[in-house]
Amino acid sequence: MLAIVGYYEEWWIQILKAIVIFAVGLQLVPVILLAERKLLGRFQARYGPNRVGPYGALQPLADILKLLTKEQFRPRTSIGFLFVLAPLISILTAVAAFAIIPFGNVQHIFGKEVGLYGIDVSIGPLYVFAFGGIAFYGIMLGGWASGSKYSFLGSMRAAAQLISYEVSQGLALVGVIFAAQTLSLTGIVEAQKGMWYIVPQFFGFLIFLTASFAETNRAPFDLTEADAELVGGYNTEYGGGRFASYYFAEYLNVLVVSGIVTTVFLGGWLLPFGIHPPGWVDPFVVLFKMGLVTFLFIWVRATLPRLRYDQLMSFGWKVLLPLATLNALVTAVLVVVTH
Amino acid sequence: MADPTPPTTPQPAASAPAPTTTLNVTAWSPGEDVIQVQRTPAPGVGRATWRTFRETARGLMTTFGRLTEKGVTVQYPEEKTPVYPRFRGRHKLHRFEDTGLEKCVGCSLCAAACPADCIRVVAAENTPENRVSAGERYAAVYEINLSRCIFCGYCEIACPFDAITMGHDYELSDYDRSDLIFTKEMLLAEPLERTPLRNEGE
Repeated sequence: MLAIVGYYEEWWIQILKAIVIFAVGLQLVPVILLAERKLLGRFQARYGPNRVGPYGALQPLADILKLLTKEQFRPRTSIGFLFVLAPLISILTAVAAFAIIPFGNVQHIFGKEVGLYGIDVSIGPLYVFAFGGIAFYGIMLGGWASGSKYSFLGSMRAAAQLISYEVSQGLALVGVIFAAQTLSLTGIVEAQKGMWYIVPQFFGFLIFLTASFAETNRAPFDLTEADAELVGGYNTEYGGGRFASYYFAEYLNVLVVSGIVTTVFLGGWLLPFGIHPPGWVDPFVVLFKMGLVTFLFIWVRATLPRLRYDQLMSFGWKVLLPLATLNALVTAVLVVVTH
Repeated sequence: MADPTPPTTPQPAASAPAPTTTLNVTAWSPGEDVIQVQRTPAPGVGRATWRTFRETARGLMTTFGRLTEKGVTVQYPEEKTPVYPRFRGRHKLHRFEDTGLEKCVGCSLCAAACPADCIRVVAAENTPENRVSAGERYAAVYEINLSRCIFCGYCEIACPFDAITMGHDYELSDYDRSDLIFTKEMLLAEPLERTPLRNEGE
């Protein structure tokens, strides 16, 4: 069954939109990179980068330049084709998932109807999970094709971790989908006109957020990288541009997850207290909320220590999954009763 | 009831294996070394969940509180940590303040005391036309190879005239090893005071 996509726009608007969203998305990554390093510094009573440019603002640029001018090498034991392909898979899926985050509703720009999103598919969350599933191949193949034991261990952990937590992540969204009665992300935002889903679906929000930390391989669930025990996990053997791709994909994934949380739980472009700003404000509202969620990601990374591997597994299967199931169940019952 | 009543209390003496008496080895008794571990009762699900949440929130607030504080990092090239007065940095050679003559008499005791063998002294006789030091002889060549020096300060202790002392300068990197061989002129020159000194009691 094919997804229904709202193709009411002309082809050149779609291409223009794709370019704009791509550009904005890619510009956000260095900003988040810098914000993370500065904030991590402040959380630990130090300053973070402050040498390159004013307040260290050019640090990401310097980092990326350094990485891109480095030699591309690969271990002799690696499988060349997959080794090269894997970072591309990671970055491709991250960018693709970014396409469905709605930055605003349909606007009338120069007499044309333009939706402020890449695509509005009728299977929104499934699309995200589909690309999340493929993204796992990027990590898995990269680690396995490296021909190194640390990479291999990292990718094995990634496999187990992503599979475990994707289930809870999906189930946490099921509650919202029950309540909104639609799978379209713009539809979910519109359904939050009265009240953002963070209030009625608070447990769903917590479960989704926790599972998202694991899905994006970030602290306290960064077992796949685990620099203390696995050197660098799946990206141990990567350097230069390929490492930059992985790094980039990680932060883009954080952005995507922030976007999903914003859309699904924080009311997307809606503002509280019945404020209805003009349409052009919507993307900024979404970006602001995404920034808040990203701040939460960084905050948690600065605070919580990494879990042990068995703790990660038992937490995922014994705590998060039952809670997510219970949440979905209770929501389903409530929706049936109230309708 | 003709049946004999079953014993209501277990009889540990009968069920326990008889102590072996064939070997006359008594097991070592830990005696006083035994520490009674006091374990709190394991919390129930509700309490454990609450504790997890509370502690996580407490950790988050702890890090959030750091956001408003000033960083503790010393911004090194601009700020420097002050050194103590007895800090052993780069060596200095001294002159007499009144006559301007060098204190060093070229005795090579510093070179003899040096465990890293980084000091080289070549002495020469003072003449009435060329009077360099206050003694009979002076150091015609005085070189310290700072790439070998371990900053132990033995030269300072060995010197009978307090001609050489350890200064406070610690920024001694250079682009060439040969640039780290400090000659007498460099050691005698009044160094740029680049190192802040810690005050008494600071």
